[in-house]
Amino acid sequence: MGGVSSFQIQIGGTEIYTPGDKVDVLVVMNPAALKANLGFLKPGGTIIADKDSFNTRNLKKADYDTNPLEDDSLNDYHVFRTPATSLTREALKDLGLENQVMTRSKNMFALGVVNYLFSRPLDNIIVFLEKKFGKKPVMLQANRLALEAGYNFAVSTELMGPSIIIPPANLPKGTYRNIDGNTAAAWGLLAAAENSGKKLSLCSYPITPASEILHELSARKDMGAIVFQAEDEIAAVCAAVGAAFSGNLSATTTSGPGASLKTEAMGLAVIAELPLVLINVQRAGPSTGLPTKTEQSDLYQALYGRHGEAPLVVMAASSPDDCFYYSYMAAKIAMENTTPVVLLSDSYLSSGTSPWRIPENGELPDISVPKFDKPAEEWKPYLRQPDSLNRYWMSPGDKGFEHRIGGLEKQEITGNLTYEPQNHEKMTKIREAKIEGIAGKLPKQKVIGAASGKLLVVGWGSTHGAINTAVIELLEEGGKDIGYTHFNYINPLPENTEGILGSFEQILVCELNNGQFVNYLRAKFPGLNFKQFNKIQGQPFFTSEIKAAIINTLTE
Amino acid sequence: MQTDVKENKAELTKKDFVSDQSVRWCPGCGDYMILANMQKAFARMGHEKQNFVNVSGIGCSSRITYYLDTYGVHSIHGRALAVASGVKLANPGLNVWVFTGDGDCMAIGGNHFIHACRRNLDMNVVIFNNRIYGMTKGQSSPTTPPGLKTKTAPDGSIENPFNIGDIAIGAGATFFARVPDNNHQLMEEVMMQAYHHKGTSVIEVLQNCVIFTDGIHEQITGNDTKDDNQLLLEHGKPMIYGKDQKFGLKVNGMRLEAVPLNGNTPESAGVLVHDVHDAGSQMHAALVKLQLPEFPVAMGVIRSVEAPQYEQDVHKAIERARSKTNFKSVNDLFHSGNTWDIG
Repeated sequence: MGGVSSFQIQIGGTEIYTPGDKVDVLVVMNPAALKANLGFLKPGGTIIADKDSFNTRNLKKADYDTNPLEDDSLNDYHVFRTPATSLTREALKDLGLENQVMTRSKNMFALGVVNYLFSRPLDNIIVFLEKKFGKKPVMLQANRLALEAGYNFAVSTELMGPSIIIPPANLPKGTYRNIDGNTAAAWGLLAAAENSGKKLSLCSYPITPASEILHELSARKDMGAIVFQAEDEIAAVCAAVGAAFSGNLSATTTSGPGASLKTEAMGLAVIAELPLVLINVQRAGPSTGLPTKTEQSDLYQALYGRHGEAPLVVMAASSPDDCFYYSYMAAKIAMENTTPVVLLSDSYLSSGTSPWRIPENGELPDISVPKFDKPAEEWKPYLRQPDSLNRYWMSPGDKGFEHRIGGLEKQEITGNLTYEPQNHEKMTKIREAKIEGIAGKLPKQKVIGAASGKLLVVGWGSTHGAINTAVIELLEEGGKDIGYTHFNYINPLPENTEGILGSFEQILVCELNNGQFVNYLRAKFPGLNFKQFNKIQGQPFFTSEIKAAIINTLTE
Repeated sequence: MQTDVKENKAELTKKDFVSDQSVRWCPGCGDYMILANMQKAFARMGHEKQNFVNVSGIGCSSRITYYLDTYGVHSIHGRALAVASGVKLANPGLNVWVFTGDGDCMAIGGNHFIHACRRNLDMNVVIFNNRIYGMTKGQSSPTTPPGLKTKTAPDGSIENPFNIGDIAIGAGATFFARVPDNNHQLMEEVMMQAYHHKGTSVIEVLQNCVIFTDGIHEQITGNDTKDDNQLLLEHGKPMIYGKDQKFGLKVNGMRLEAVPLNGNTPESAGVLVHDVHDAGSQMHAALVKLQLPEFPVAMGVIRSVEAPQYEQDVHKAIERARSKTNFKSVNDLFHSGNTWDIG
């Protein structure tokens, strides 16, 4: 329903991988919110409604003939009819605020009720409010009073519901904070700049849902980030190519339509063999598509979306917090191998939040930038490190290494212009081998569940939470012969990929597109038995959908 | 961080900037003259070779990066200014030159051109204007004059052309100069002034393409006509022209007017004096638009005004933020805000 915004959170005492499928508790502030979201509530779930807002006008707007809080339509649910608006106003009446402003605090009233239901103390929320509204004492007071009013209302009316006590979570030791995918990606770049001793240049153009990376780094002048908001997507990536030539860790961020505009310059980065990170926060396409909805449909574009033979590294993050690690790794791989890298995130990861264990000093892998450390006379622009085939990354200011690069084909080693037929074929093969060679340096692909057997479930990128939860639940329910592997490195694939895939009778590839990764795998491993499960609705997978798909495949 | 272009005293000669690549323009092309003058000017700048970066797009003009023995990027069509902006912003100590053409810069690269003009990074843009697409063999460009027959306008162009200086000044350029490709002394001098200008310097070179538009600028640049048809502007000097400097420019109402001096001194005839630093852009905009046959075409440095440089402001803001912050490393940033410990 238009005009209804919502927010979903999952809490628990075990590791959480998703915001959850269907919800146990639904808070609705008006009839429209109920109508739009009732479908996401589990049968028998709890509804906390602001009964004050279920008036004739709002009911009519939401197309209700009778008040659902008063008829029998919600008999399958626990319904708490709370006078949220009136009690919030009553609680705040001495603060001298306008009615409208007081009403805005009713979300805190609802949070108070929720905390009572889940037997949670209010202390942490009050600490949070003090930090957030410390400079606005009236707002702090308003939020705090509303929160307490909600909690006290629940206490005094002895709300009886499915009271749930959540034990402390069992997570690895460390210091944690909450982080969303876009901030995590921005911080990964900052960490890579620091660990490589390079300055960070980010050259981008605003686009939903990627802009927050640009915003965060614009605010990180305190960390030395050099940020350029270009006049268009093409200028952004071209400036990033320039910054890479200047010797900075260089990145550009975008979403699908912007990635389309950047393709020519990505080809320039491929032939010039410059380190460059492109983060594509995917959204549903083609064209403007569904700008705020999630989809994994830019994989073909990342892999093949350039003219000519133009291989580059393609990676994908799989949770809001690991956007940090994979953006760090994208920068590391780009610099160490003098190559452009595309990191795929998506709308779901960008706005999702998860707890992130802050890496301890020395925990992140080192970054070693390929500089030529012998006299300049022994160097040529396309001289390569023999093991990795890397070009050396020499930059303006490096005396004696003055050289020209560009979009025209270059002679092997010397970098001179040449149209020589054999050379073009050779350089094409070298560029391919250089990317393929990175596979040996990637972490080994892991499997959970069975190492061989009937069915391997395969995912990539942001679907990890839903697929992982589905597979774990099936294994706990006694499922056998099921394995699961999730890819973060797409091109090249980790070296042990074929061995893993080849150990199963069937491989079910689950992805939020029409089958791009499964077709990529089919082309790479034509002898294997691939099945696919796809969802193209601009929505993430539900765990239940994945479970059903796995069971269907096993029983086909 | 070194944020100003270095003015060190490197002792270099023209030869130091000649690369080992063979030059592949058509014999007689105006580009040869631009190359030679750039090499001479580069040597005069006293700037160490490793701190030059030349960036070009695509087209005949853009091959020049291969012939100048410094750092260079021969980028993609229309995007040289975007690449150069990234180069300069990443390392403001570099001496950055962009080489482009009327097609590369004013058509496919037009958006980058106007934004470069308004942003004012300290870099120099040399536009080879031959009023045609040369490398792709003779299609109309945004500066092709009306009526000229081209591959894409076999009956003569019907499009209204851009005046490069007009676009540049309209977009906020702080430096604009125009030179004919056959005036070596003026070209070298203009390049030096562009180098010294802090901000984006736009230099339009009227360049002859011997294949597709041979003689297109002849009326302006020809030996017999140049004195009458060029107004060579110098700061603080009266705007006089003609073989015997017998004509001048004055203001008449809202317009400029070309008048004979009739034996008077320029001063007594009310001839305008060129103020290259005039912060207002009306007079400079009027000067760049002068065209034959009513007026001579303005040459030399038409506009050179001071304004904040984008890359300086960006790096100053970074330095201010760095000096104020308590974050010594990313780790401090990561631990700021709400954190909790487990275990």
